[in-house]
Amino acid sequence: MERRTLLGRLSWQLGEVVATRPETARTKSITLDLPGWRGHRAGQHVDVRLTAEDGYRAERSYSIASPPEEAPRVTLTVERLDDGEVSPYLTEELRVGDKLELRGPIGGYFVWEAEMGGPLLLVAGGSGIVPLMAMLRHRAAAESTVATRLLYSSRSLEEVIYRDELDRLVKRSAMLAVAQTLTRAQPPGWTGYSRRIDLQMLREVAWPVAQRPLTFVCGPTPFVETAAAILVELGHEPARIKTERFGPTGEKHDGE
Amino acid sequence: MMENKLDGNAAAGNLEEIFPFEMTLAQATCAGCGAHDVIGAAGAYMHGMGTIIRCNRCDAALIRVAHIRGHYLLDMRGVSVLQMKEG
Ligand SMILES: Cc1cc2nc3c(=O)[nH]c(=O)nc-3n(C[C@H](O)[C@H](O)[C@H](O)COP(=O)(O)OP(=O)(O)OC[C@H]3O[C@@H](n4cnc5c(N)ncnc54)[C@H](O)[C@@H]3O)c2cc1C
Ligand SMILES: [Zn+2]
Repeated sequence: MERRTLLGRLSWQLGEVVATRPETARTKSITLDLPGWRGHRAGQHVDVRLTAEDGYRAERSYSIASPPEEAPRVTLTVERLDDGEVSPYLTEELRVGDKLELRGPIGGYFVWEAEMGGPLLLVAGGSGIVPLMAMLRHRAAAESTVATRLLYSSRSLEEVIYRDELDRLVKRSAMLAVAQTLTRAQPPGWTGYSRRIDLQMLREVAWPVAQRPLTFVCGPTPFVETAAAILVELGHEPARIKTERFGPTGEKHDGE
Repeated sequence: MMENKLDGNAAAGNLEEIFPFEMTLAQATCAGCGAHDVIGAAGAYMHGMGTIIRCNRCDAALIRVAHIRGHYLLDMRGVSVLQMKEG
């Protein structure tokens, strides 16, 4: 069904895939050209909709990985869940030149812009790095010097998304620090953390409470809940901790 | 059916099919406990039957929205005031 945009109501649009890039064995970045894109802010997401020939539809949310500065190109980074309905299609079947239906940008809450200042604390679990990467890319593109720390938890080094780019961003900015934890396997000589996030780790990485950091936490639901609860326990203001749970969105539409 | 908690942010696409506003920054006052917070900070539960936005303080259902056979069903009994910013 075609819907018109009245007063900026959200409507579906088609983007053309202009590039794809494997990030890890299970994640792929997909860059879309969206001629009608009205721009976005770092941290926002889109809803993607797939329609089968029989009219069956599946909708899922994906964070925007690219900074506003790259609009009208928008990059998503999708992790493949082998038994999933949508992510295997996006990561394995979608090709350059294909069209993808989506709507957005969505969400003004989980957003960081350079003028919001800091210090900034970003806490990512797995693919939860995606919207936080948009913030880091925006921070770099805007030449922001806001003091920023990222704590990023992955299962193994091979699963770290944007590994090289994160190293480059750290080299470029003296005001950016990245701490990583690998929860399942660590390479020889690993100097980062080797366990799931806990109070001690967040105490070491998070800014002192008195500096009133602006915090964004993103990842699987249990990860987000653990991190947010610990930050509150450490004394950080709940109102300055924003969360984005990447749980299953699982909304199904039968041909309507 | 598993009820997996998400953030109000995740439900914004569904709400913005109906409301021409940026809904994660809309302020909802809970009819049950009087708490008011933006929808982006509330809890959201999404499944095949639709989406429920819940109060962060007392867990009451603030908004239920479903889209069934070309109709939107919106139950807002849980909200006493919904405040949206123009533009
Ligand atoms: C606001 C928001 C932003 C998101 N951004 C991203 C993003 O940038 N990149 C990304 O890869 N994903 C993101 N997600 C998750 C994404 O929307 C889908 O849930 C995910 O791609 C799985 O969809 P699927 O159709 O492949 O699997 P489904 O068919 O929905 O599920 C298959 C199986 O996996 C389980 N499952 C589903 N989703 C998850 C999950 N996220 N974690 C653990 N188990 C799950 C289901 O319960 C089921 O057992 C985001 C979610 C939200 C709410
Ligand atoms: Zn309440």
